[in-house]
Amino acid sequence: MNQLWIGVIGASIALFALRYSGYLVPEKYLTNPRMLRINTLIPIALLSALVGVQTLTEKGKWVIDQRVAGVLVALIALRLKAPYFVVVISAALTSALIYRFK
Amino acid sequence: MFRATATQSLSVSFAVGLYGIAFGAAGITAGFSILQTCLLSLLTFSGASQFAVVGVMGAGGTALSGIATASLLGIRNTLYGLRMAPLLQVRGWKKVVAAQITIDESTGVAIGQEDLGPAAMKQGFWLTGIGVYVLWNFFTLLGALGAQAMGNPSSWGLDAAVPAAFLGLVWPRLLGRFERTLAITALVLAILLTPYMPAGLPIIFTALLAVIFGWNSRA
Repeated sequence: MNQLWIGVIGASIALFALRYSGYLVPEKYLTNPRMLRINTLIPIALLSALVGVQTLTEKGKWVIDQRVAGVLVALIALRLKAPYFVVVISAALTSALIYRFK
Repeated sequence: MFRATATQSLSVSFAVGLYGIAFGAAGITAGFSILQTCLLSLLTFSGASQFAVVGVMGAGGTALSGIATASLLGIRNTLYGLRMAPLLQVRGWKKVVAAQITIDESTGVAIGQEDLGPAAMKQGFWLTGIGVYVLWNFFTLLGALGAQAMGNPSSWGLDAAVPAAFLGLVWPRLLGRFERTLAITALVLAILLTPYMPAGLPIIFTALLAVIFGWNSRA
C-alpha cells in the first residue's frame, strides 16, 4: 500500500475516532452546572476563532484582502437583521467583485 | 419543521458544499486519484483536515505528518461532540452517523437555534450535517473530474461566504456582553497565534478561553 492510501485511510480513521470519542463521555460528567456552562461556551469560542482565522489569515500568515470586505458587509447585514442567506450571499458578492476588479 | 432553521441549514450546506469543488481539484493536483480524493470527502469528511492531508502529502510530506496535521485540525470535532451528545441523545448506529456529521457547520446551526428550543437545534444539526455531507461529496466529485474548470474559489466569493456563514451562525449567541467578549477575545487570540502555531492549534487553543470564562461566571 502506498503512502497516499495510508494518508487517506489513516486520516479517515483518526477523524472518526476523534468525533466518536466526544459522544462516549458519560453524560454525568457533562451535567454539573460548571461543565454545562463551559460546554455551551466552547462552540462559541471555536467558531468565533474560525471566523477570524478564515477572514484574516492565509497559510499561517496575516492577510488583509477581499474577504475582510465581504465579512464586514455580512456584519452590517446581520446588524440590519437581514435573513441568513442574504448575509452569506452579500459577503460572497462583495468579495467576488473586489477580487475580480482589483 | 422549523422553516428559518431549514433555510439556514440549506444556505450553509450550499456555501460550504460548493467549496468541495476546490477540494476535489486540490486532491487531483496533489497527485491523489479520483477515488482517493472522493474517499477523503466521504470518510474523513472534514474540510480543513482534508486540505491538510492533500496539502502536506502533495508537498512531499509523509503519510504520518499528513494524518497528524489532519488530526490536529479535527480535535475540535471531539469538543463539538461533547456539546451535541446531550442534545441529540443518540444510540447505536445513529450515534455513528451523528459522530460522522459532527462538524463546524452542523454544530454551528444547532447552537444558533437555541432560542427556538431543543427540537429546532436537533433539526438544525441533522439537516445541516446531512446537507453538507451530500453536497460536499457531490461537489468533490465534480471538482475531481473537472479539476480546474471552476478556477479560484475566491473569484466566486466563497472565501468570504464561508466565514460569513459561520459569523451568521454564532451571531444569535452574541447578544449578551459576556458572550460577545468571549467571541471577540477568541477571534483576536486565534488570529494573533496563527503565525506562531501549526494550523488548527490556534482555534483549539481558544477552548481554554471558554473554560476560563465558564469557570466562575453566571453566563
